[in-house]
Amino acid sequence: MSSASKASRLGEEIWKTRIEKVNAELVVLTYGTIVAQICKDFENDYAEVNKQLDRMGYNIGLRLIEDYLAKSNTMRRCSNFRETAEMIAKVGFKIFLNVTPTITNWTGDNKQFSLVFDENPLADFVELPDDGRAQDQLWFSNILCGVLRGALEMVQMQVETHFISDVLRGHDTTEMRVTLVRYIDDELPPEDD
Amino acid sequence: MSYYFAIIGTQDNPLFEYEFGTSKQGGDGMARFTEQARQLNQFIIHSSLDIVEEVQWTNGQMYLKLVDRFFTSYISCFLTASNIKFLLLHQPPSSSTLTGGTSRTSTSIAANPTSPQTEEAIRNFFAEVYENYVKAIMSPFYRTNMEIRSPVFRARVAAAGRKYL
Repeated sequence: MSSASKASRLGEEIWKTRIEKVNAELVVLTYGTIVAQICKDFENDYAEVNKQLDRMGYNIGLRLIEDYLAKSNTMRRCSNFRETAEMIAKVGFKIFLNVTPTITNWTGDNKQFSLVFDENPLADFVELPDDGRAQDQLWFSNILCGVLRGALEMVQMQVETHFISDVLRGHDTTEMRVTLVRYIDDELPPEDD
Repeated sequence: MSYYFAIIGTQDNPLFEYEFGTSKQGGDGMARFTEQARQLNQFIIHSSLDIVEEVQWTNGQMYLKLVDRFFTSYISCFLTASNIKFLLLHQPPSSSTLTGGTSRTSTSIAANPTSPQTEEAIRNFFAEVYENYVKAIMSPFYRTNMEIRSPVFRARVAAAGRKYL
């Protein structure tokens, strides 16, 4: 059995049995309000808004990985980055957001892939402000980038994540690019002698 | 038949307006208001707000049906729960008053602003617009009483107009 179908079965099972559900509209409206408020606070400096969302996500990711490991109960390292991608898409996104993004566009060195979201539960109802800049600058769901970066950092993977397209901007798909920078070696604490 | 649809906010401020014509019976969906009438429509709609406010507390319905009439302009109203008003001004083509009376035109919603069929068609139109309105205002970047500028919403209103009127 391929690891892909195993991962999706695992995600499905955890979603069904071990996850507490919350009203989707509550999540949508809460997240939307946060983004709108950040936009207001930073006076529509969307580059800064993206950065803030990413940072919020990063802080979530640092802790969410623990929850993920506890729920998925797979106390085993992924053998390679491809397996990591499968687990992110089919287990991680499945159990926390009930979506399974498609993994695609691998580079030859297996260090870079895209997650294509068919549906994005954070972006329901959303229409970006029509001030002529938001459509080009704001990544509405940028918090997800931060979450991935934070979570993977805690399991010794330094990654770089960013969106390259978003249906909210009028693109055909919502696509996030994930790049493995390096595996973080266990660092010894500085000697105190 | 020509239609002028407006959404009015809680401070009697316009949030959205859209003009269209009938698409039934081979209509091309274009409004046939004269330049003068187009200016006048806004006043007619605005003046009908007084009547809406009188009627709105007399029954618990959201769809208030025909509330006002100004010569050949008829105004139907739908209230949302937060007291946003959908107003539809409809004006039968002036020629139909001459040819009216044949069995075909007497049942067509275009010629008969007061018939039950028209009432029902407008009810359906309002219901669909309401549904899309709710989606439009759920956008986190929308604030109460702000003008609705969403092109998606406009397209959906146009589609509802084509479908029912």
